[in-house]
Amino acid sequence: MTKAANTSDVIILGAGMIGLTQALTLAAHGLSVAIVDRADSADLVNPGKDARVSAINSASWNMMEAIGLADQLAPHGCDIDKILVNDGLKPGKLDFTPKDEEGPLGVMVENAILRRVLFEAAQAHDAIALHMSSQVAHCERAEHHVDVTLEDGPILSAALLIAADGRGSRMREEAGIIMAHWQYDHNAIICKVSHERPHGNTAYELFYPSGPFAILPMRDDDNGLHRSAIVWTVSRKDGPALAQINRRAFEAELMKKSGGFLGQIKLITDRATYPLGFHHSSHLTADRLVLIGDAGHGIHPIAGQGLNLGLRDVAALTECLVDGARTGLDLGDAQILARYDRWRSLDNLMVSAATDILTRLFGLPGETSSAIRRMGIGIVQRIPPLKAQFMAEAKGETGDLPKLLMGELV
Amino acid sequence: MTKASTTDRPITGTINPDEAAHFGALAADWWDPKGSSAMLHRLNPVRLSYIREAVDLHFGGPTESLKPLAGKRALDVGCGAGLLCEPLARLGADVTGLDAAPENIAAAHAHAAPQRLQIDYRNEAIEDFGGRDFDLVTSLEVIEHVDDPAAFVAGLAAAMADRGLMIISTPNRTSMSKIMLVELAELTGQIPRGTHHHEQFLTPDELAKLLGDAGLRVIDTTGISYSPASGFALSDNLALNYLMTVTQS
Repeated sequence: MTKAANTSDVIILGAGMIGLTQALTLAAHGLSVAIVDRADSADLVNPGKDARVSAINSASWNMMEAIGLADQLAPHGCDIDKILVNDGLKPGKLDFTPKDEEGPLGVMVENAILRRVLFEAAQAHDAIALHMSSQVAHCERAEHHVDVTLEDGPILSAALLIAADGRGSRMREEAGIIMAHWQYDHNAIICKVSHERPHGNTAYELFYPSGPFAILPMRDDDNGLHRSAIVWTVSRKDGPALAQINRRAFEAELMKKSGGFLGQIKLITDRATYPLGFHHSSHLTADRLVLIGDAGHGIHPIAGQGLNLGLRDVAALTECLVDGARTGLDLGDAQILARYDRWRSLDNLMVSAATDILTRLFGLPGETSSAIRRMGIGIVQRIPPLKAQFMAEAKGETGDLPKLLMGELV
Repeated sequence: MTKASTTDRPITGTINPDEAAHFGALAADWWDPKGSSAMLHRLNPVRLSYIREAVDLHFGGPTESLKPLAGKRALDVGCGAGLLCEPLARLGADVTGLDAAPENIAAAHAHAAPQRLQIDYRNEAIEDFGGRDFDLVTSLEVIEHVDDPAAFVAGLAAAMADRGLMIISTPNRTSMSKIMLVELAELTGQIPRGTHHHEQFLTPDELAKLLGDAGLRVIDTTGISYSPASGFALSDNLALNYLMTVTQS
């Protein structure tokens, strides 16, 4: 389909990682897309604006392969060959190591790089129209189409509006979709570090009573410096103080938390602090509207599943819309939206609830809960099917998988 | 084509006037996915996927195409308010829709126009229509409502182009369909009362015979099953409702 003047098959609000991937997967199947974001395109791809690193699990990586972006991402990504889970530094670790032929558990990619690769691919695609630095003045979801009026004048029209506008989604609010949400009493401090010894492509998840401490492997820099990303969950009251103590003291804290197995650790970026919360929408659709990614659900980053959960939304929605388009349905058809809602709501709730329980379990202080955690870790470690299940979860290969997550176009 | 230009002509032949009036009264509600046609809306993706597969097999087009019917002419007989005509038009076909009830034709026009879908809707019976050379002829959930099924099938056959394709669907006449479609569904309001008359239902064998008599050949018969949990699905079980792919013999 062509880009007729401001009319497209769908309009996506939000040019983040989720919105851009949604646009690219739809365009790969011949559907036309308009994306609106108030951000400036230079800001969007500026690494200074987002120091975060994401674990793209193997199912999500399959989707990048299906839309032809894996080759561009691979030189920047660092394979996760192993995940080590431990109760602090106590003995009794749980390690997930896939067999050689199964490939890595996931790939660590810096958000800024992922966003740049997605953005450039969207810019280059004939079927995608980007409206950056654009504010939505108002949005009308009518009987036969959706009209989005931009503040600088143009009116965009499509059959369906896809809200990828994040946890504070304005479209979700306007549609009156009810959301359950709470704040954890935690902040995440995120930074990148260099370290003396190589990380061996291992992701470490160390659980402390004050919150989980994750060390995620990154690719060595051009000078061969070993690097990792740190996601350190701390109580809300300690967060600001820890983010501000001097470098040397902060590095000493990191050494203590990591047990020193990576050798000397040096901070190589600023420390960013993010408040952590949980939110979950009762439904992911309304008339001619669907929610994807954080607009529909946000979880604790404890298990590194937030982005992957959003990418599962993308893969499922693309399959629903492409199947609909190939059978001539209106893309806003209630049956298409109902299929997406059924497909994603339960899975999102399961992952969200499991993560929430994990957060609470590992957040309990005291020796008894620590003993239970270690026992749990020990049990999972010793029972192969249970371990295989956890590993499949981490790889994103459970549930009714959309074709894109198996690396195929629809 | 508007309703006014056709209502002065008497409609005769296969159309049952009571049936036409029944569906006409439901016209305004046709397109509400939660309204009286909710069952048809839920059935639509399933039967559309069947039609799509048959179209790709018959015309040999790529399954990824978004316009597999581009350059083709399609006729939908008993089109209601356009639940099938609109998808066929989006798939690229030049579509004509016939319906016995003028209210349906009016509702179909009203729904297609704002989407700029060009569909030739007519309040005519198939035997009066006289249109020929349609690459695709469809008639879904209609033959069980007509007075003379043989004449109706002959009309469909006459409208087909050489090497054309026909898709027809209808409920089977089984005790299962009597319980599910007539008694249970109408009793619970899932389907409007008076929609179905069980004695008019055709079995697959009876329908295949009628089609054969009209010089046509059934190349596939697939059932549609229903479960409250997972909705409608294509199935080997023909007891409730079935779809047929038909070509010239």
